[in-house]
Amino acid sequence: MNKKGTIVLLITLSIFLISFIRKLDNSFSKKDVELKIPKGFPKPNYDFSENPLSPGKFELGRKLFYDPILSKDSSTSCESCHQRVAAFAHIDHALSHGIDSKIGTRNVPAIQNMIWRDTYMWDGGVNNLEIQPLNPITSPIEMNETLPNIILKLKANKGYSALFKKIYKDTVINSERILKSLAQFTGLMISANSRYDKYKAGKDTFSIQEKNGLVLFKAKCSSCHKEPLFTDNSYRNNGILPDTSLNDIGRGKITNLETDNYKFKVPSLRNIEMTFPYMHDGRYKKLKEVLNHYSSSNHNATTDAEIKKIGELNDRERKDIIAFLLTLTDKEFLSDKRFTDPNRK
Amino acid sequence: MTRRVQIFFGILFTLSPCATNAQHSKGLLSIGFNHYVDSVKLKLDTAIYKNEFGQTYNISNFKYYISNIELISETGKIVYLKEYFLINEDIETSKKVILSSIPKGKYTSIRFMIGVDSLHNCKGAQSGALDPVNAMFWTWNTGYIFMKLEGKSSASTATGKTIEYHIGGYKEPANCIRTVTLNFDSPLTITLKQTSDIQIRVNAAEVLKTPTAIDFSKLPTVNDSKNATLIADNYIDMFSIGK
Ligand code: HEC
Ligand code: HEC
Repeated sequence: MNKKGTIVLLITLSIFLISFIRKLDNSFSKKDVELKIPKGFPKPNYDFSENPLSPGKFELGRKLFYDPILSKDSSTSCESCHQRVAAFAHIDHALSHGIDSKIGTRNVPAIQNMIWRDTYMWDGGVNNLEIQPLNPITSPIEMNETLPNIILKLKANKGYSALFKKIYKDTVINSERILKSLAQFTGLMISANSRYDKYKAGKDTFSIQEKNGLVLFKAKCSSCHKEPLFTDNSYRNNGILPDTSLNDIGRGKITNLETDNYKFKVPSLRNIEMTFPYMHDGRYKKLKEVLNHYSSSNHNATTDAEIKKIGELNDRERKDIIAFLLTLTDKEFLSDKRFTDPNRK
Repeated sequence: MTRRVQIFFGILFTLSPCATNAQHSKGLLSIGFNHYVDSVKLKLDTAIYKNEFGQTYNISNFKYYISNIELISETGKIVYLKEYFLINEDIETSKKVILSSIPKGKYTSIRFMIGVDSLHNCKGAQSGALDPVNAMFWTWNTGYIFMKLEGKSSASTATGKTIEYHIGGYKEPANCIRTVTLNFDSPLTITLKQTSDIQIRVNAAEVLKTPTAIDFSKLPTVNDSKNATLIADNYIDMFSIGK
């Protein structure tokens, strides 16, 4: 090989090497972490101006989300319960499973469009996205860990201490920094590119069945599952009878008001195809069962008036509504590379 | 001047006391919190006290938030200090707080909040006194615990004979935020030369009495909004000026 050839080879090799290192580096660009409010969505409730988005903080949030270091025995990460392919709900688990295979009392909800919520949890007990993770972290049946201990573990970990230093230019690792970076990661989980969204924007078409489903949905369901978020953020009793083995009174536990007993947050229905089983206790595995429930007339006394208005849905109507609900699956969100596990390439 | 000399003077300037120029018309105030159970100094764990029902008890933990401090001047001017302090009997240094940037002058009273204002109950992750590592935070029903009094009593009907009052809540009808005003015996003077000092006496026994005397066999614990305002109305008068 002549001298010129060697130089060309060396240059190509180093370009290859640099791009390889960058891949390993897992870093994000400014563009990756830009907040884009989807067309037609309202102003978010969570205010990123108090927690300015940055590639470094988002990356830290992602690393923490996928890391069992947040649990006492390094067995459980956020992802153990919130899986990407299920819009960050727990695939096929009625009730949450935590540390030592302990079983929780509620179904794991999806994490999507969180910044438009005003409260978190099925009972709305948490008032800010940033502090939501304190619940699983400190719960004896979920991650069973303490904040001071997590801070010690992160300080002792070379990867984390380097990452915190890169972001903050100092050596402080505290709960505020941990929680704010997790909120950057979960807060940017935005689903707004389903077939429904494309249909609305005139970029996709619906079958007759899907169109019928949408009309029925607007008439029967959207008073609570309000577009475009498919929730009005209220607490309602949708008529499912309380499970006496769990005796979960929902919102009533937070407000101590008897009139709030058995009310739960109206969940979003985006990506509903992937987030089964359904309801706060995961009692229904299939959408068919959900539709059977809404169509039955024997609801209890405290059932919301809007539910009683739904009335009997015939077989075709139920199928149409389900066909419509399936258009809410957002493949782009479910496969978004920004939210993948940094350890699994 | 060369660049190097400029940098040299720059450093010299920031190190010299002149750098605090902006603070020149402002003084410092130190506030001491002195914990008692009625007439005796509070002693954690070992000392035995009696409540209004004659039931004996000890105290193993006593801490509370003080925030949104205001000093009222002789002319009625209000100096507002957006500060949050967690006073903890077990941590000596927490019982003396230093306030800076107080305009010089004469002040007749101090006003502060026991607890944390609603804005900061909703603000998400925070650090310093409001860091949830301080274990003064409810995770399942978001909000700061404004005051904790824990101990044991043989009269208690709770497991382990514990008595435990965790009081907080910023939402009506269980709003436990209380504001206290204390008048100074003689006007407090803030000068620029030295740190002024006031001493506040805190009677922990007031948590358990006036207006509502707490019977450990009936109400050994308060951990959520039920009965919380009862205790908040009790502790509102636990502060007075004095050592
Ligand atoms: C053991 C399973 C488990 C683990 C681990 C877990 N979660 Fe959850 N998560 C749940 C359950 C169950 C709920 C609903 C709780 C409720 O309503 O009481 C939930 C709710 C949430 C919500 C609110 C969703 C909503 O619709 O209100 C967010 C955000 C969230 N989790 C983020 C996280 C983060 C971040 C972590 C890691 C620090 C994490 N979770 C770890 C089970 C888990
Ligand atoms: C009165 C308000 C209301 C109306 C009307 C309503 N829902 Fe719901 N929906 C709820 C509430 C509240 C829940 C959660 C209940 C629980 O878990 O206890 C829910 C849960 C669901 C779930 C499960 C979501 C999940 O993630 O687990 C589906 C699916 C659903 N509704 C579909 C529908 C359809 C379809 C209609 C119309 C036929 C409808 N809803 C009408 C309030 C309502």
